[in-house]
Amino acid sequence: MAKRLAEVTKDLCAACGCCVKVCPRNAITIHEGKYALVDVGKCIGCSLCAKECPASIITIKKLEVVA
Amino acid sequence: MNKKGINTGSSVRKPWYEYLWIVSALYLILGIFNILFAWLGILCFIIPLIISATKGTKAYCNKYCGRGQLFSLLGKKLLLSRNKPMPRWMVSKWFRYGFLTFFMIMFVQMLFITFLVFKDARGLSETVKLLWTFRLPWGFAYRITDVPLWISQFAFGFYSVMLTSTVLGIITNILFKPRSWCIYCPMGTMTQLVCKIK
Repeated sequence: MAKRLAEVTKDLCAACGCCVKVCPRNAITIHEGKYALVDVGKCIGCSLCAKECPASIITIKKLEVVA
Repeated sequence: MNKKGINTGSSVRKPWYEYLWIVSALYLILGIFNILFAWLGILCFIIPLIISATKGTKAYCNKYCGRGQLFSLLGKKLLLSRNKPMPRWMVSKWFRYGFLTFFMIMFVQMLFITFLVFKDARGLSETVKLLWTFRLPWGFAYRITDVPLWISQFAFGFYSVMLTSTVLGIITNILFKPRSWCIYCPMGTMTQLVCKIK
């Protein structure tokens, strides 16, 4: 089974917090004002944050999960 | 938020700070009627810096920035956005720090002009300079004339900074995604820098 997950390019993140506002699972926080941090446990890879990000630096990654 | 902890976006009452876009819009309007209101804009510079310096967060950008909310509203509710990704160079650190530097240089130049007026080396210019280039006659907002000239000069200068950044923000809002201004906003870059140093 593949799990979908949002991945932030931390280096380019402006920490604006747009992604935090749209996340339906509250899985994103702004880490110490530096970048957006995705809680892997909560993220369901819905891609709302990726669509919202003004810099378009969030991508949805597929993780292979061994059952 | 429902029982499962899923944010459904409706039903919950919006917190007070999500209405700060009204304050931002009001600020721009007040500057048309009386330029001295421009002084209030200093709050948009000081509050984010205090928050980042004391708390080490970008809570201002993340929660309280009325300008960001205004751009969001224009882009998402009024659909004034093409919703296209920003060019890569605009997202780069080079551009962000470069724009911050340019912005600060222009800001210092504005302060210097205020200083010259203070020293009587220059007369008051009743204009608003848009995009650091176009001088718009703004004498109609010069209502209270019995304050020292440098106070009014600073107000015209500061309003120019605020109007210019709003216009730039609206342009990139339309061309790219809503709140694309936030990526190269000098205050945002500065507060992030403060957080990184901390």
